[in-house]
Amino acid sequence: MQIRPILATLHHHKLTTLLLMLQVALTCAIVCNVVFMIAGRVQRISLPTGLEESGLSVIHSIGIGKDEQPWIQHQADLAVLRAIPGVESAVAVSFSLPLDSNESSYTTCPDLQALDRMKQVMSTKGSGCLDPSVFDGSPGLIGTLGLRLIEGRDFSRNEYVVGEKTPPVAIITRALAQHLYPDQNALGKSVYTGAGKPIRIVGIVATLLRPNLRGQGTDHDSMIWPQLPNNPGVDYVLRSNPQNQRRVLEAAQAALIKANANRIVDPKYMRTYAQIRKQYFQRDTTMIGLLIASALGLLFVTALGITGLASFWVQQRTRTIGVRRALGATRGDILSYFQTENFLIVTFGIVPGIVLAVAINLTLMRFYELPHLPFFYLPIGALALWALGQLAVLHPALRAAAVPPVVATRTV
Amino acid sequence: MTIVFVRNRKVFSYYLDLALRSLQRTPVLTGLMVLAIGLGIGASMTMLTVLHVMTEDPLPGRSARLFYPYLDPLPVNFSTVAVAADPRNDLTWPDAMALLQAHRTSRQAAMAGGSLLVRPQGTNLRPFYVDGRYTTADFFTMFGVPFVAGDGWTAKEDASGAHVVVLTESLARKLFGSANAIGKTLRLEDLDFQVIGVTMNWAPRPLFYADASADRYSDADQFFLPLSVAVDRKLRVNGNQSGWADFTGDLHDPNTTWLQFWVQLDTPQQVALYRQFLIDYSAQQKALGRFQRPPTNAKLYSLMGWLAYQNLVPGDVRLQLWLALGFLFVCMVNIVALLLAKFLRRTGEISVRRAMGARKRDIFVQLGIEAALIGVTGGLLGLGIAQLGLWSVRQRPDDYAHLAQMDVPMLLGTLLLAIFASVLAGLLPAWRACRVPPALQLKAS
Repeated sequence: MQIRPILATLHHHKLTTLLLMLQVALTCAIVCNVVFMIAGRVQRISLPTGLEESGLSVIHSIGIGKDEQPWIQHQADLAVLRAIPGVESAVAVSFSLPLDSNESSYTTCPDLQALDRMKQVMSTKGSGCLDPSVFDGSPGLIGTLGLRLIEGRDFSRNEYVVGEKTPPVAIITRALAQHLYPDQNALGKSVYTGAGKPIRIVGIVATLLRPNLRGQGTDHDSMIWPQLPNNPGVDYVLRSNPQNQRRVLEAAQAALIKANANRIVDPKYMRTYAQIRKQYFQRDTTMIGLLIASALGLLFVTALGITGLASFWVQQRTRTIGVRRALGATRGDILSYFQTENFLIVTFGIVPGIVLAVAINLTLMRFYELPHLPFFYLPIGALALWALGQLAVLHPALRAAAVPPVVATRTV
Repeated sequence: MTIVFVRNRKVFSYYLDLALRSLQRTPVLTGLMVLAIGLGIGASMTMLTVLHVMTEDPLPGRSARLFYPYLDPLPVNFSTVAVAADPRNDLTWPDAMALLQAHRTSRQAAMAGGSLLVRPQGTNLRPFYVDGRYTTADFFTMFGVPFVAGDGWTAKEDASGAHVVVLTESLARKLFGSANAIGKTLRLEDLDFQVIGVTMNWAPRPLFYADASADRYSDADQFFLPLSVAVDRKLRVNGNQSGWADFTGDLHDPNTTWLQFWVQLDTPQQVALYRQFLIDYSAQQKALGRFQRPPTNAKLYSLMGWLAYQNLVPGDVRLQLWLALGFLFVCMVNIVALLLAKFLRRTGEISVRRAMGARKRDIFVQLGIEAALIGVTGGLLGLGIAQLGLWSVRQRPDDYAHLAQMDVPMLLGTLLLAIFASVLAGLLPAWRACRVPPALQLKAS
């Protein structure tokens, strides 16, 4: 296949070829970045919380009576909830749960020296202290949530405190253990919060995601305290069969109001964990849909441009094609001529496109906190555009190949 | 083919006729171009409308005279990087009260959000929570809150801690039906408040006077009551309370910020004077040992300036806008290429016209009209696509989603943008085509 005559023809139509190259370059650059962003978002919405989410539901209740010790009411509520048929287990939490956006965090230091350093500098930076998210909960939290305890043990009954007092022990996540005590075994060590009292680590769980993701490498820094919820507002976490979660939630609402009508149970906060996850990531899901639509739209418009232009050129060169056929070229020669011409144009467009893709990625890294584009996206983008170009030019090229040699003899 | 140069109107209609015929001769190509412009314009106008409604002036006519003081009471080495809410976006109780009592402006108001339990009396309604605002007397006159009955409270009632409350229409109707709510008693938490005013359902978008924790495009206050009462009775504050020392829970704490403060300044001289007053106040506090940072850190933001500083438009929306504009640009490149191919193919017709006396300018204008026609058709298609796009935005659960509607200026803007983009895309092809020399092409091809 002679490349030179093709290049000569393209040189003759410099401007149009340049515009097509520009279009291919822009599409390659934008689509590479868009696909990368889609991959990032999909990874974000499938982040594991560490919980066994299937079968988990949450119902929120706010007591509006004058209650001196809300924990007593919560205990009674838990008994009522456990009696509902279908409920396998139930616990109460007052602060937060993974992905429900309400976070409670305390500055935690691995030892007293770090605590002093932090107090002097009045910031956690460089002191070795961290701001993990803190979870409280009634006994049985680890079992009901389905957390995986990889070292140590669960809390024992006498270690629980009521309300927001500093507890004697804690269970932390593996990530937090590694951040607080790099290369050491965290089990048995004591951490310190601003109160200055030692909190001994008795257990380590594999993963527990924070209620609010900040994406700074600290999303898995969590700590569970043996605190009994003592606020009028409380979340009851119920584990049941995934099939009847809705029924269980409604039964729970009825049972709670029957047990004590002096409360508000808002249907907006009766959710399965699937709903909680969906609500937390709704922005990312929308963004994924939009990114897919824009990538498809760009590819569609570029394909339209290639097809339109190629049809035009075929129409324009009908006589030339006829002459070539009359001189002995086969249909396959004409077809491969147009396919090769398109391949060359797309190649010339992909080269600046790859450079532009990296440039766009660097700009996005500065303004939107995106990570670096991995290099394997670039050849994949190139391949996609080559394939798109070949498909788009197929129809006009087939029509060109169908031009009969007799056209060469006509003057019109 | 009659060529007339005498009157511009006839010439224009002649060019229009030529353009229409030319476009009809290549229906597929014309269709492709209209589709490309339609998609590009539709996507861009969807996101531009969303950006437009999110950055609109919430109080046109008043926003130019409203300002937000900004003080820096933080300790010198306090880092705001890792903190969720920058304490300096609000004021402490001592600072807010000092500014109030200094009386340097025609109108001023301190405020904070509140969330209280309504215990309806004498109806079957169960208790429910409502969001509202604890504020001072000037709030209503400064922001021009429209009343349907009664009025706000006075500064004297502020000082005496009168248990009065102003409700919105919908809350008044929910509690008291169609009866006149003025004079009735409302039980909030365990306190009785007398209703002295009912406002229209009023919520400027964005809710500029709320703090950063609010949903500025969907939240609305249902009640207003005096700040002094809220602080004395320790009512629940719904908003950021950020501090730089151990929080005692006392709202009078000098190390915790939670109040928003708005002032009305009518002339540029007053603005300059107040700005200086804030710096002088900071210097005085530094001398007393409370403030540690330079007094010149104190600032005065205009209303729109404060909204811009707070960066209300989420990064995702901006990214979507850039994606849409990039898509429009690719569509335009597409159209330039297609128009170029189309115009250059007509060199025969163009050279005949040139030989018969048409100037380069005339060819250029006529081809420009062709591009503009594509723009008009594409713009109409783009309008339809944008309406579809905005409908899909309104289905989103985000707080700004319900505002995504086109007003008349945006509708007109869509068509204008489409015509502008098409004409711009047609400039290069028209210029290349009109350069065709007359004589050469008259030979039989």
